Amino acid sequence: MTGSARMPLTSALEALRSVRTDEVVVTVMGAARDWVAGEPHPLDWVYVPSSMGQGTSVGLGIALARSDRQVIVVNGDGSQLMNLGSLVTVTAAGPRNLTIVLCDNGVYEVTGAQATPAAAELRADGRDLDYAEIARACGFSSVHTFDDLAQWRTGVRKVIDEPGPTFVLLRVAGSADAGGPRPPAVRGPDRVSPFRAALSGGD
Amino acid sequence: MFTGDEIARILTKLGVTHVVAVPDSMLGVWEPALRASGDLELIRVCREGEAWGVAAGLYLGGASPVVMIQCTGMFESGDALRNVLYDYRMPLFAIVGYRSFLSQESLPGDTAMKFTEPILKAWGIDYRLIDTPERKGMLAEHYHACRSAEKPGVVLIAEGRA
Repeated sequence: MTGSARMPLTSALEALRSVRTDEVVVTVMGAARDWVAGEPHPLDWVYVPSSMGQGTSVGLGIALARSDRQVIVVNGDGSQLMNLGSLVTVTAAGPRNLTIVLCDNGVYEVTGAQATPAAAELRADGRDLDYAEIARACGFSSVHTFDDLAQWRTGVRKVIDEPGPTFVLLRVAGSADAGGPRPPAVRGPDRVSPFRAALSGGD
Repeated sequence: MFTGDEIARILTKLGVTHVVAVPDSMLGVWEPALRASGDLELIRVCREGEAWGVAAGLYLGGASPVVMIQCTGMFESGDALRNVLYDYRMPLFAIVGYRSFLSQESLPGDTAMKFTEPILKAWGIDYRLIDTPERKGMLAEHYHACRSAEKPGVVLIAEGRA
């Protein structure tokens, strides 16, 4: 499912970056790889190295600890599949300040674009799973799907500002040679304290 | 071993803000007391790996969480704890139910017994075993020690009927 009609991930992220102000942004896998190409922000949590699937859980924890901060998790579909239950956990906790942006390209891009079990080519019925429907079934009442980059650019600020938890599905293009995310130059342990300090800076 | 009220009182006194948990037959009994506590927030997750991720996020946000899971769930959550405890060196603390520990004579053969402590040792996690009421004080002592050293820690709490 690497169709060219889907929006490029880099463009989708750029649209988010263009409206971002003081929100926490948690990025994983391919999103992290491309997010770090832009200007860094003290409230970026570039979750590399990660435990695959834990991005939504980390974002939930931040959102619950800091209800005064908007938290945006930019997740991948392969990562979400590894922790589908976290969507249930999110809606059980119900943080109004959490937005999950799921970039669905149908593949494990960082390992060479093998199809996920949710992609049509691996499914007995030949149909893609719809993550927006999964999110609704998990209890999200605020759910949005964007197939088109122009619509995403127009709507991104509005969906972030909605009372959450909010689930946003972006259908993005995958690439077989995109590669994986590289850890930031600053090692993981040395990023923890600066991030905590940045997060408490507004107190 | 502990009542729910005891656990809620101890955790509150320690300054814990959130308990991120998956229940088992012992831990689950504590839930009403944890929920009733005005100072603790109980966050129930669907699987134990999530517990480490949520606790990591809470810690990043300035909170003081503890993870509360059974040893079998600790097995499941290995990569998640590896990531937060080692990749990021977060000093998270966990209360882990030690399944069948008190039933070794009456109900032998639980393989969870065979692997719990070797796995904690393999992960290099400093742990204490509370297997008698006289050792209950070790929970607070070990929590304080780990906080002071800014390192992760676990208390194993023996489960089962002796």
